[in-house]
Amino acid sequence: MSEPESLARRLQVQLGSKVSSSVEVLGETTIEVLPENLLSVARTLRDDPAWQFEQCVDVCGVDYLSYGQTEWDTTDVTSEGFSRGVEGKGAGRFDWANRPRDTAMPRRFAVVAHLLSISHNHRLRLRTFCADDDVPSVPSLVEIWPAVNWFEREAFDLFGIVFEGHPDLRRILTDYGFVGHAFRKDFPLIGNVEVRYDADKKRVIYEPVSIEPRVLVPRTIRDDSRYEQARAEREAGAK
Amino acid sequence: MEEIRNYTMNFGPQHPAAHGVLRLVLEMDGETVMRADPHIGLLHRGTEKLAESKPFNQSIGYMDRLDYVSMMCNEHAYVRAIENLMQLEIPERAQWIRTMFDEITRILNHLMWIGSNALDLGAMAVFLYSFREREELMDCYEAVSGARMHATYYRPGGVYRDLPTVMPKYKESRWHKGDDLKRFNQWREGSMLDYLEQFCADFPSKVDEYEALLTTNRIWKQRTVDIGIVPPDLAKAWGMSGPMLRGSGIAWDLRKKQPYAKYAEVDFDIPVGVNGDCYDRYLVRVEEMRQSNRIIQQCVAWLRANPGPVIVQNYKVAPPKREEMKESMEALIHHFKLFTEGYCVPAGETYAAVEAPKGEFACYLISDGANKPFRCKLRAPGFAHLSTMDTIVRGHMLSDVVAMIGTYDVVFGEIDR
Repeated sequence: MSEPESLARRLQVQLGSKVSSSVEVLGETTIEVLPENLLSVARTLRDDPAWQFEQCVDVCGVDYLSYGQTEWDTTDVTSEGFSRGVEGKGAGRFDWANRPRDTAMPRRFAVVAHLLSISHNHRLRLRTFCADDDVPSVPSLVEIWPAVNWFEREAFDLFGIVFEGHPDLRRILTDYGFVGHAFRKDFPLIGNVEVRYDADKKRVIYEPVSIEPRVLVPRTIRDDSRYEQARAEREAGAK
Repeated sequence: MEEIRNYTMNFGPQHPAAHGVLRLVLEMDGETVMRADPHIGLLHRGTEKLAESKPFNQSIGYMDRLDYVSMMCNEHAYVRAIENLMQLEIPERAQWIRTMFDEITRILNHLMWIGSNALDLGAMAVFLYSFREREELMDCYEAVSGARMHATYYRPGGVYRDLPTVMPKYKESRWHKGDDLKRFNQWREGSMLDYLEQFCADFPSKVDEYEALLTTNRIWKQRTVDIGIVPPDLAKAWGMSGPMLRGSGIAWDLRKKQPYAKYAEVDFDIPVGVNGDCYDRYLVRVEEMRQSNRIIQQCVAWLRANPGPVIVQNYKVAPPKREEMKESMEALIHHFKLFTEGYCVPAGETYAAVEAPKGEFACYLISDGANKPFRCKLRAPGFAHLSTMDTIVRGHMLSDVVAMIGTYDVVFGEIDR
């Protein structure tokens, strides 16, 4: 196996300005590219004998809405005591424009591909942020790795990310005639419609959901000094 | 000739050979498949979205239900992702237990596969025999976790409890009595490791039985030899993994190439095929069962000699002992926090892959530092495999589609997620 430390740096050197960032965390290398550079970078990664990523094992969409947001304020003490966090702003209760705090994420949707080189036995994560948050789109990798065909259909189905150049961009996992993109963070967990058999109409009908959303365990973020320390030690060790 | 035309046929979702809920829209020219369009998602439960709404530990049980014939391997990918992000050190004994149960799971999966694949292609008997051994291994699942299939046995930091010192026995009943009862219980006098040792000593002869039924069987060979050939280039380009890739002659196995748990310390071989047809994949899987048996034997030997903790002594992640909670306030608080709020995983992302029986099963986990995953993408091998269906079955006969579905080893729990 090639030295994982150098993979990120070697990629940065060879691909130069086409790569927005190239980092190695926890022994895994991640590079970020802009959508316009995606195809040329991917082709280099597949064909260049130095990389030879013959396989694209996984492509998935990520919705960064609500990244780092909590439902339960654990820093301030309230006078009402433990009024549970469902009052707060969790995923599904705000949209991108009205998100409560700015997060570190400048863009909402990303497409993450995981590449694997069988010849060199190394892996790489390739992330592309979609330029437009309303109509997210990236070029399709299907010309380079045919395996991504269904993975891109899945990301389109669940996140509404359009893959330009995909030959057959249909929904794949959700119901025929499904409305919306189920894995977006502003899509409610309980869904929008429910189905049942209507005895009078003698067919299955769709109705608005009748169940109430519940939060059993609020989403919390606690800063743990042990992780901070471990991170600081890692960084000090790296230097 | 004008009255002859192509027609479209629906295969499934209720067809017994569709292995669950696969709806395959086939465009036929006579009995030849011109185009195959698999419609999946009929079992889509949104596991990944559900995982985002729950503390990390509460999703382990969902992993069992993904590929519901290789349960613990799915759990393994998920808990490894969490462990990667938290940088947890796993006790050695827990790693050996995981290695052992991964291999038990592999045998369970391949037994299910060999039985159902043979059943699809017209050999009823293999199914009955393979379920006999499956039962014995599921008893091991039950002995460690209380559940025969959906075990939730692997936890971040180790496994939930140590192996039982007593193997549960059959009690006398209307169905189990007399000599039958004695035969059922003859391996169960000692601990679970004793039981497994006897199973492993016996199992190769059982594999011989399946092979006697199939390997040189003329009908079996007619249905599988040269059917569904996957050339190595195509196998790589289409993201195949596991026996599908090895059947095409590529010696790639994560257990050897990117070892996890204790695979680097056990001795086993990777079988590879030559022609990449259904028959080669059959041979690969049969040999994998024998190799898994070898690995289990090595794990049993190690586990017998080396007692020790099976989960980290970190109460932020693993619950304290019940006795300790009776005495210690600290332990009680930890227990309460762990089961109500869970633990926060430091922000970051990781891709943890394991060699599941069907191929590379992986969990891509993004955490933003909260007590719930931010994104949990599950990479299912069957999803990538099934997407090649159209390319491979074009020009094959309808009955070969059944052979192909069998050789993909599709399970819709993982494909639809």
